Amino acid sequence: MNATTTVAEPLLDVRGLTVGFPTRSGLLLAAHDVSFSIRTGRTLGLVGESGCGKSVTLRALLGLVPYPGAILSGAVGWLGRDLRTASEKELRDVRGAEISMVFQDPSSSLNPVFSIGDQLGETLRVRLGMRRREARARAVELLERVGIPSARRRLASYPHQLSGGMRQRVMIALAIASRPKLLLADEPTTALDVTIQEQILVLLRDVQAETGMAIVLVSHDLGVIAEACDEVSVMYAGRLLEQGPAGAVLRWAMHPYTRGLVAAVPPLHPAGANGAVPIAGQPPNLLELPPGCPFAPRCPYATEACAAVPMTLEGPTPHHRSACPFVGQEAR
Amino acid sequence: MSVAVEPRAGEELGLRDDGTLGRRARSERRWSALTLWTGVGIMAGIVFMSLAAPLLGFEDPNRQDLAQVLKPPSLDHPFGTDSVGRDIFTRVLYGGRIDLLFGVVTTYVPLVLGVALGAIAGYRGGWLDTVVNRLVDTVIAFPFIVLVLAIVAIFGPGLTGAYIGVFVVGWALYARLTRGEMLVMREREFILAAQTLGYPTWRIVFVHALPNVLRPSIVFSMADIVLNILLLSALSYLGLGVSPPTPEWGALVAEGQSVLLTSWWVATLPGLVIVLVGIGLSLIGDGIADRMGRDFKLTA
Amino acid sequence: MISYVLRRALQATPVLIGITLAAFILIHLVPGDPARIILGTRSSPEALATLRDQLGLNDPLPRQYLDFLTGAIRLDFGDSLVKRAPVASLLGQRVGVTALLMTYAVLIAVAIAVPLAVLSAVRRNRLVDHVIRLFSMVTFAMPPFWLGLLLILLFSLQLGLLPTSGYGEGFLDHLKSLTLPAVTIGVYLAPILLRTLRSSIIETLGAEFVEAARARGLSESRVVFRHVLRNSMIATVTILSLNVGFLLSGIVIVENVFALPGLGTELVSAIVARDFPVIQALTLVFGVAVILINLTTDLAYAALDPRVRL
Repeated sequence: MNATTTVAEPLLDVRGLTVGFPTRSGLLLAAHDVSFSIRTGRTLGLVGESGCGKSVTLRALLGLVPYPGAILSGAVGWLGRDLRTASEKELRDVRGAEISMVFQDPSSSLNPVFSIGDQLGETLRVRLGMRRREARARAVELLERVGIPSARRRLASYPHQLSGGMRQRVMIALAIASRPKLLLADEPTTALDVTIQEQILVLLRDVQAETGMAIVLVSHDLGVIAEACDEVSVMYAGRLLEQGPAGAVLRWAMHPYTRGLVAAVPPLHPAGANGAVPIAGQPPNLLELPPGCPFAPRCPYATEACAAVPMTLEGPTPHHRSACPFVGQEAR
Repeated sequence: MSVAVEPRAGEELGLRDDGTLGRRARSERRWSALTLWTGVGIMAGIVFMSLAAPLLGFEDPNRQDLAQVLKPPSLDHPFGTDSVGRDIFTRVLYGGRIDLLFGVVTTYVPLVLGVALGAIAGYRGGWLDTVVNRLVDTVIAFPFIVLVLAIVAIFGPGLTGAYIGVFVVGWALYARLTRGEMLVMREREFILAAQTLGYPTWRIVFVHALPNVLRPSIVFSMADIVLNILLLSALSYLGLGVSPPTPEWGALVAEGQSVLLTSWWVATLPGLVIVLVGIGLSLIGDGIADRMGRDFKLTA
Repeated sequence: MISYVLRRALQATPVLIGITLAAFILIHLVPGDPARIILGTRSSPEALATLRDQLGLNDPLPRQYLDFLTGAIRLDFGDSLVKRAPVASLLGQRVGVTALLMTYAVLIAVAIAVPLAVLSAVRRNRLVDHVIRLFSMVTFAMPPFWLGLLLILLFSLQLGLLPTSGYGEGFLDHLKSLTLPAVTIGVYLAPILLRTLRSSIIETLGAEFVEAARARGLSESRVVFRHVLRNSMIATVTILSLNVGFLLSGIVIVENVFALPGLGTELVSAIVARDFPVIQALTLVFGVAVILINLTTDLAYAALDPRVRL
């Protein structure tokens, strides 16, 4: 390996992704000019409040934007090709094989009328072409890998017979069955108890260490992001506001919104630290966004100049950048 | 409605597909409006012609003309004539008054009763709710025509029996729909707020909760009108509804059964009018359901 | 599972009692003297007294109800006033005809509705969907007696393929005679089934597990036919069950159009003749039939849906 290739090429390179939904009142841009990239073995977090567009972005990567939405512009670079222009057949080949997805609510992302074994078996046989006996053995292996006890017996169980944490493990088993290069995790821990959340994150990190799988983790929980992610992108009203290494973004946030998010987390020890400070104002109405920066109505530093902000990410270093040209741009 | 994103911003982003998306949404909206107004047009036309029949020159539906027996449809007789020479088109127009009035009255009177009962039962709970519930279950358990026929048996064949029959049976579904909505509604915050403000029960139920709770009943009422008209025509077809020679659409179909092979129009055309009314009302019903809010889900 | 069955049976009991009450009370709601209404105003006082006695109208009301109830359990509904034979035996042969017609009609309705619902849901808001929904709207508006006549006109009178009425001898004959009626009722029931099933399939298509299945790269046809349809089959059974009353109403009408020897024709002739024992028995039978079918469907549902079973 010569010196010029010390930095690996990104696996996934998203540029200028815009996803829109036609509504009675106009065109709603759920994701607007979103760009990020990720390399092997890394975890990228997408963080923001509900409705900020992070889940839509994730679905757009696999071409799964729900009707009547559609990707309006941008490119989804994956291993050299643009998934946005790929045919449905090509996308299907990628799904579940090269790129897998785990969803938020494991109780509704598993088909309730089929057993665990059936659902695992389906992927193994249909997608990976295994024979029945081979698939069964591999299914047990996978369940054990994700930490489900009495795996063999569990094959006959139905989703509703398992706890939330176990169901999520099954979802992860389904996702990693094909040894994907990238895992998209949409709020994988949000529907789970706090203690179980930890276990799931550890499991994901484990699998990543073993296979070098990259992970895009979507969450609204800063704690999860802080713990699990290498890089993070902050979204608001469909826009990217800040991007950089997780530690830097959370500790030395540039954008006023990110600072607001961090300040809004209740501290564990109230004594000696300021209490949680919520962000003022209402969540944005995506159909009535102001020109320029969408956060301006709630921003303590807002001025008239905010209406002309080009919303590109800038920063003193290429690694940690923010969309706000006025606040937080001091070199560190 | 203006689009939230200015056209210029769209160009900057190279939103090539904006046109397609916008076109699709606009055409869906236009289609929905088209169906609604088609339905209204059909119904308005039929109602007008039924009510204004004498003014339009269609005078006596029972006038026999034995020289014009069983004539096929023509300019003189748009729907032909029946076995005693009566003009079928006139009979259909006058029959419209009977059927349409029946449909509307037998739908909206039980609706008012059923909604009121269901709302109170759902809101109050307790023994009242249990009693109403059991009653509704029992009524709904029967095939509706069986109950209506039973009531016709009690009061004798005729329009009165039919009206009473549907009144006795028709309120139940509205009560059930409303009760269901009310059970959800009474946990809503604005209701709790009204309670803490000390408003009397009737005010909370009828002024605050009711408008929200009415929706499924209003949507269903259109289908109900169709069903009730079908019911009356079925009863009359069986000879248990209106008495001859009253023109009623179902009775007209029955009159044509004996000459079905030779004079198809006598039985077929009145039935076609029933179908047309059903279509008109269904279009209106769908249009109303559409207007009342069909938002798609957005993933965050 | 047993406890589920018992629980459902228990829940059905008040409604069953309500049905028996409703059937029982019919004759007592007749304004005036029921005996006079049945026999006519010219009848002699002795005839009226005999009839009143025969109908048990002289006993106190609770006693009458009890007699009615115990009789019903034993399937003894008294004698028909018109045919002077036990009601139960009159109805006995007719039950078979109605039941066969019902089964045949449901099969046809399902055969029409399910494929159309799937097509309509999968191609939502496209031309196919609009055409199917238009078809559904038109068939919903068709009076079953009118459609029956139309089918008779076409297939019996003009084409001579199928009998116009009656039941025939032997099973094959029966099926031939029941075909046009079954098609009529099938078309009558199909739009109800179609509309609700289409909604159910559309909803299931938007469910997260369907999205997850797509995200695993499973083909659309696999997703639809294995994942979605399995869930929607359960919905079909439920919809059929909820609409048994609607179905039976159609059967009553259509039996009369085609002059079939079933419960529906018996009901109408009994009403014309004010033959109250028969009317009461049939009211009871129809009501109980609906409840029993609902119960059976509930059990079938429990068997199909693992969430309920275990």
